[in-house]
Amino acid sequence: MNDQIHKIVTQVGGIILGKERQIRLALACLLARGHLLIEDLPGVGKTTLAHALAASLGLGFQRIQFTSDLLPADILGVSIYDRDSGGFKFHPGPIFAQVVLADEVNRATPKAQSALLEAMEEHQVTTEGETRRLPQPFFVIATQNPSHLVGTFPLPESQLDRFLMRIELGYPDNEAERALLQGQDRRDLLEELKPCMDVPTLSQLQHQATQVYTSGALLDYVQALVGFTRRCPDYVNGLSPRAALALLHAARAWALMDGRGHVVPEDVQAVLPGVVGHRLATTGEVTRANGVDVAGDLIRQVAIP
Amino acid sequence: MAPTISLRNTLWLAAAFTMVAAPHAVRLPWWITLLALMIVLWRVYLGRARLELPRKWLLLIVVMGVTAGVYLNYRTLFGRDAGVALLVVMLALKLLETRSQRDAALVVFLGYFLVITNFLFSQTIPTALYLLACVWVITAAMIDLNYTQPPAGYRNQWRTAGGLLVHSVPLMLALFLFFPRVPGPLWGLPHDAYTGVTGLSDTMSPGSLIDLTLSDAVAFRVEFKSTIPEPGQLYWRGPVMWNFDGYTWTAARRNYYREPQFQARSAPIEYAVTIEPHNQRWLFAIDLPGRVPPRAAASSDFQLRSFAPVTSRQRYEMSSYLDARYGLDEGEAGLRRALALPPGTNPRTAEFARGLRGRFADDKALIAEVLSMFRNESFFYTLSPPQLGNDPVDDFLFSTRRGFCEHYASAFAVLMRAAGIPARIVTGYLGGEVNPVGNYMIVRQADAHAWTEVWIRGEGWVRVDPTAAVSPQRVQTGIAAAVPRTDPLPFMVRGDYALLRQLRLAWDSVANGWNQRVLGYNQDRQRRLLAQVGIDDATWRTLAIVLAGASGLIVLSLAPFMLRRLRTRIDDPVKRAYLAFCAKLRRKGLPRDPAEGPSDYAMRLARGRPDLVPAVTAITRLYVALRYGAETNPALVRDLQRRVREFAA
Repeated sequence: MNDQIHKIVTQVGGIILGKERQIRLALACLLARGHLLIEDLPGVGKTTLAHALAASLGLGFQRIQFTSDLLPADILGVSIYDRDSGGFKFHPGPIFAQVVLADEVNRATPKAQSALLEAMEEHQVTTEGETRRLPQPFFVIATQNPSHLVGTFPLPESQLDRFLMRIELGYPDNEAERALLQGQDRRDLLEELKPCMDVPTLSQLQHQATQVYTSGALLDYVQALVGFTRRCPDYVNGLSPRAALALLHAARAWALMDGRGHVVPEDVQAVLPGVVGHRLATTGEVTRANGVDVAGDLIRQVAIP
Repeated sequence: MAPTISLRNTLWLAAAFTMVAAPHAVRLPWWITLLALMIVLWRVYLGRARLELPRKWLLLIVVMGVTAGVYLNYRTLFGRDAGVALLVVMLALKLLETRSQRDAALVVFLGYFLVITNFLFSQTIPTALYLLACVWVITAAMIDLNYTQPPAGYRNQWRTAGGLLVHSVPLMLALFLFFPRVPGPLWGLPHDAYTGVTGLSDTMSPGSLIDLTLSDAVAFRVEFKSTIPEPGQLYWRGPVMWNFDGYTWTAARRNYYREPQFQARSAPIEYAVTIEPHNQRWLFAIDLPGRVPPRAAASSDFQLRSFAPVTSRQRYEMSSYLDARYGLDEGEAGLRRALALPPGTNPRTAEFARGLRGRFADDKALIAEVLSMFRNESFFYTLSPPQLGNDPVDDFLFSTRRGFCEHYASAFAVLMRAAGIPARIVTGYLGGEVNPVGNYMIVRQADAHAWTEVWIRGEGWVRVDPTAAVSPQRVQTGIAAAVPRTDPLPFMVRGDYALLRQLRLAWDSVANGWNQRVLGYNQDRQRRLLAQVGIDDATWRTLAIVLAGASGLIVLSLAPFMLRRLRTRIDDPVKRAYLAFCAKLRRKGLPRDPAEGPSDYAMRLARGRPDLVPAVTAITRLYVALRYGAETNPALVRDLQRRVREFAA
C-alpha cells in the first residue's frame, strides 16, 4: 500500500476502531474525486470519521448541521450590505471549505439539500448572478440517518447518484467496542491528529488514480456486472452508465491505494458495496437491503470473465 | 395493418423466393412470371415505404383471378405444371400478406417446398447445385428472421446457415442411403411430367428420323464388360416395323411374346445400358439381344419392351450375340405379314421388282443386285432430302434419289416385298461414341438409324442395311462423315472443336457418374448395399430401423461438437492457460468460484495447501500481470503456459 495512505488509514483507524474497510473506502472515494455518503444510526462515529479524515489529510474542514429549517443561503453564503464600502459584500457559507461535513443531510428540506448537491456536482456556487469557485480539493462527506427514522426527507435516487459511494459504519465489534470504552475521549484524540499529507500530494494522488490501467478483461467484468443488473429481474432498475463509470473510478483509486498500476477484479469487488449500495434497489424486499448484501449477491452471481 | 417484420427480413424473403422460383420462370406462362415478379417488387416497395399491406379482399380477388387464369392456361388445376404455377403465384401472394414472424416462417417453409418442385423438371448436377444454393439462402433468411438484434452485415447469416447445412450433410447421406426406396418414383408423378422427351416412335415415315438426328440428346449410355465391338457392328435394335400403308411404317399393334429362339454363332458381348427416359416401352440392345432385362419382355421379333413406359433413367445388364441365326421357323402368318403391301401404291416400284424377280431366281442374288444399284447409281445420302409425293418409294427410287436411312430402308423393304421376299424394318441406333474420360459409350438421338431384315429360307431373318451400300461411312465411322458438311447436324455429333468436345465429354462422364450413383440409386442397389452390411431381405421395417439408428448415431456424434460450440470459445491464450490451471485444481477438489478473483483464489489456496504457494503465487502473479496489467510480453505468456503445464496439485 502507498505509504502516506497507509499512514492515514492507521491514524484514522486509531480513532474509529475496527472500521478499516470503511476508512479505506472513504479514502478511495476521496482519491477518485467523489463524494461520500455515510448512512447509519446516530452515534456510530459518522462525524468523527469525517473529522478524522479531514484532519489527517490536512484539509480545511467545515461542518453544516442540516435541520429542517436550514435555507440554501445558510449553506452557500449571503451578500450583506456593507455600509463602509457602500456595496454588497459576499459572506461565504460553510460550503467554501475543502472538506465539508453535511451532517444529517436528510433532515433538511429538499430545497436546502439540492443547494448542497448542486455545489457538489458543479464544484462552484452561483448566488446573486455571480459564480464562485469552490476550493480544491473539494470533498463532501454527508451523513444521513436511515430513512425510516422520523423527521427525514429521503434523498431522491437522482441525488443519491451524486455520491460516488455510500457506506455504512455499523456497530463496532466486541473487541473494538471494549477498546473504545477503555480509551480516551475521541474529541481529545481528534485534537491531537497531525496531518499526514499536504494538498499538492493529494492532488497528485488524485491524478494518479485516473491513470491506473484497466485492461479489456477488467472492462469485460465491469460490463458483465452492470449488464447483469439490467437483465436480472431482482433489481428495480439496472445500473446506469454513470454508475459503471463510478465503479471504474473507485476501483482505480482502490488499486492505487494498494500500490498497483492496474485494476484487478478484486478491486472492483472491494468497492462494489460502496458504489452500488445506494444505486440498486431490489424488488420484493420491503426493508432496504444494505450495500454489502446487495453487492455480495451481485458478486456471487456474476462470473469473472 | 402495417407489417411487424423488418424491411431487412422482407428483403431476405424476397431474395430467397426469387432465387427458388427463378428456374420455374422459363417454364411458366409469361404472365405468371410477370405477376409473381411484380408482387415481389410491390411487397419490397411497401416494406421500404412503410406502407400498409393490401387488404384481404383485394388478395382474395387476385387469388381467384390467378386460379382462373391457371385453369384456362392448363385446363386443370392439378398435375405438375399447373400445380407449380399455382404454388409460385400463391407463395408470391403470401409474401404480400406477410406481416408477422409467423407468416414469414410459413414463407420460408413453402420456399423449401418450392425447392423440391424444381426436381420434378430437372435432376442434373447444375440443378442440384443451384438448389443447394437456394437452400442456403432460404436458411439464411430463416436465421435472419430469428435475430432479435440483427448484427451488422450479412456474414453471420451466411455463416450460420452454411454451418447448419454442413451439419446436416451426414443426416442427408443417411436419408439418401436408407430411406426406403420403391421401384419407380416414391409417389406417382403427375401424368404430365414426361412431356417433351424425344426418342424413337413406333411409326416411321420419310423424314421422321431426320428430326431426331438434329438432337444431340443422349439416348443411352453403355458400359462394356468385354471389348467394344467395331462401330459397324453396333446395331442397337429397337422397334420393328411390319405394317406399311404406302407411306408410313408402323410397328405391330399386337406383339407375340414368347421366349425368342436363336442359335448363337459367336461369343456373347456383356454390357450394361443406362437408358434415358423416352416415354416409350422400348429398351435397346445390340443386335441380337441374348437376354431379357428384368421387368421387360421380348417379342418374337426381338423387340425388348419394358412393362411400363421408360419414364425415368433405367439401367439394365445385357448380353448380345453379334452373329446369330434366328427366325428360321418363322410361321406362315408372320411371313404373310412380311410380304403385305397395300394394293395400288408405289406401282413403278412393284413393276421394277417384278422385272428383277424375272431376272434373278435366287433371293440372295436379287438382294445383291438391288444393293449394287444403290451403290453404283447416283443415290445420295443426305439429311435434307426433297419432299416426296403420295407414292414416296416410287418418287425416291426413280426421281429424287436423295434420302436418309429411312428412305433407303423403306424403299428396300418395299422392293423386297414386291419381289416376294419377306422383309421388315428395324429401327434403332447405329454406332455410338466412346467417352475416353469414363470409358463408356454414349449413344445419342442423332445416331438414330433404320435398316431392314429379310427372311431367307434356311438362314432365317438376315440384316440388310441398304444405307451401308449408299454410304459406307455412315456405318463405319458415323453420321458426321456420311452427310454433306452443309447439312444441319448437332454440335456434339460433328468432329470439330476438339478441346470443347473433350470438355463436354468430361462433363458427360461426371453427369453419368451422378446418374448412375445418385439418381440411379434404386431399390435394387439399396438392397445390395444393405446385403453388404449383413442385412438381407430389407423390408420397410428394417430400413426404418436402420434409418433411425443411423440418424441417432449421427446426431449423437455431432452433439459433442455442437455442445462445445455452446461454451464460449476462448481466444486469449492467457485466459486459456489460467483456466487449465483452475481445472487442475478443480480435479484436486479445490475449485475456483466463478466469481472469485485470481488473487483471492490464490490466498484461499494458500490457506488450504501451503505446499502449493510458490507455484500458485507465480502463476497468479503472471496471470494478473498479463490479463489485467499492461504487460504483453509473449515470453511471459509462454512462461505462464509452461508453469501451468508443469503445475501438479
